[in-house]
Amino acid sequence: MSAHWEHFPHDADVGVRGVGATKAQAFEQAALALTAVVTDLQSIEPQQAIEVECEAPDDELLLADWLNSLIYEMAARRMLFSRFSVQVDDHHLRSQAWGESVDPARHHPAVEIKGATYTSLRVAQEDGEWVAQTVVDV
Amino acid sequence: MDLNLFTRRSEHEWEIPQHEDMRVPAMIFASEALIRDMDQKVYEQAVNVAKLPGIVKASYAMPDAHWGYGFPIGGVAAFDPDQGGVISAGGVGFDISCGVRCLHTGLTRADITPLQKDLADALYYRIPAGVGSTGAIRLGAAEMDAMLVGGARWAVENGWGLAADLERIEESGQMLHAKPDEVSQHAKQRQRDEMGSLGSGNHYLEVQEVTAVFEPSIAQVFGLKIGDIVVMIHCGSRGLGHQIGTEFLKRMAMSAQQHGIRLPDRELACAPINSDLGRSYLGAMRAGINCALANRQILTHLVRQVFADLLPQAMLPLLYDVSHNTCKVEEHRTNGEPCKLYVHRKGATRAFGPGHPDLPEPLRAVGQPVLIGGSMGTGSYVLAGTTESESHAFSSACHGAGRAMSRHQASRTWKGRQVIDELAARGIIIRSPSMRGVAEEAPDAYKDVSSVVDAAEAAGLAHKVARLEPLVCVKG
Repeated sequence: MSAHWEHFPHDADVGVRGVGATKAQAFEQAALALTAVVTDLQSIEPQQAIEVECEAPDDELLLADWLNSLIYEMAARRMLFSRFSVQVDDHHLRSQAWGESVDPARHHPAVEIKGATYTSLRVAQEDGEWVAQTVVDV
Repeated sequence: MDLNLFTRRSEHEWEIPQHEDMRVPAMIFASEALIRDMDQKVYEQAVNVAKLPGIVKASYAMPDAHWGYGFPIGGVAAFDPDQGGVISAGGVGFDISCGVRCLHTGLTRADITPLQKDLADALYYRIPAGVGSTGAIRLGAAEMDAMLVGGARWAVENGWGLAADLERIEESGQMLHAKPDEVSQHAKQRQRDEMGSLGSGNHYLEVQEVTAVFEPSIAQVFGLKIGDIVVMIHCGSRGLGHQIGTEFLKRMAMSAQQHGIRLPDRELACAPINSDLGRSYLGAMRAGINCALANRQILTHLVRQVFADLLPQAMLPLLYDVSHNTCKVEEHRTNGEPCKLYVHRKGATRAFGPGHPDLPEPLRAVGQPVLIGGSMGTGSYVLAGTTESESHAFSSACHGAGRAMSRHQASRTWKGRQVIDELAARGIIIRSPSMRGVAEEAPDAYKDVSSVVDAAEAAGLAHKVARLEPLVCVKG
């Protein structure tokens, strides 16, 4: 199956899940799932690129850190991102994210994300695919 | 949930006896119907909290408890620093000091009706709400630190509100011992443009009518009678609190082993109260509380400006302001002895009973107002703390309705426009920048707030005082 993302239910919030052939691809897909919590991915023009780097002692904390770094960039820059390129080297992640400034009239953002939690947090290789998921607090 | 998992201690007290490595039992306060419907995860999370070092008496869950992060939402737990007790970033949550405040207006339904739409538009125009919105206030570094130390008191000193507001806020509007130096630059950066903004998700500002009074003597002291119009504001510490929560969650998860703490769930990341990290978090979290108090204070000022323009006869004194995501040092009796405990309330409201010294003099005889936010189409409640609540769950009560349906399911079940039209037909005006946001917050996506409040009262956690129903709702 090709790389993809999906949401999974949580009582109060939303689960984000990325699936890909590599860990890096699963992380890219999880980031798309994150943005899709806020708005329709198609509505975002990938006009401007930013760089994000993070580090954590294991894959799962790295995923939470990656998503939290994006949540920070979205909030501090008031941007939304729709394209991601991730390289994971051991437990160090480097990435580029492309997006644009939030335009409430065009993006109709449904909700602001407070943080990526460690609930249902999992990064694992299953049946030849990488899965990267967690619940985000909105 | 399977009722066989519990020992029923009374009609509304469901105990999970100590087992495995639980240090204390867990106790859920709920009616039989509520506990049957409760997510199994509440059981697991209440049990996990009971395993944390230094926990006192029991791990509690309120009638609105649902699946949270580490702690159940609706969870209460107290820790003794002298028994190796911990402080948990997950136990406070990302939205530090998220809470509710209620303002009187001195108006009645008849005053509002001709201007209801204008009021909705003016509030929506004046109150920044939703993703990407910014407040009108920009704080420089020194002002940011002053705000983080001063809370609502700082806001009042800078012209946002009245000195009389302060005694109607927990901690008199200023959480002491906040340490802005423990708050990262990232957290401050995230807050730079967000002062005086509502946020999104389940945060809202509502104009409501008092539609029922259950305890006239307490309602009179609270200044509430049928037909009165009030304003309810629900929001928290915005980006600053979220960033503090995120950063300390990671630091606590990474250092747990070094502190000799075995975490039953990573989300329960915590540090000993008596540790450098514990003290750092406490200082930062208290700064986060002040940020939330200052933010609700600024929003109050904006609301007053709107009313001054449209309904100049209105006065908007503060009834009360509660925070429902906190950890606070409080004196409680354990084994008959007074003891200073670190009480975590995650989606739970402090509910001090009559006579408590921390209550302002005008309210002391009847107990603390406990403000319960419902969903945008149903209702909210004002309760009052009881004397017996102290022996139940360290004087705590519920905080809201709790979701019955995930956001995902809600947005597939309803369309925002349809929700708005249906509510308009019932006389409730909604203003929101996001139709999907409205769909996700549809009234039926929430549990019935009345059954939660009834259970809280029957369990002795708080008295029911008044019911409020919305006329205008600004949704982030």
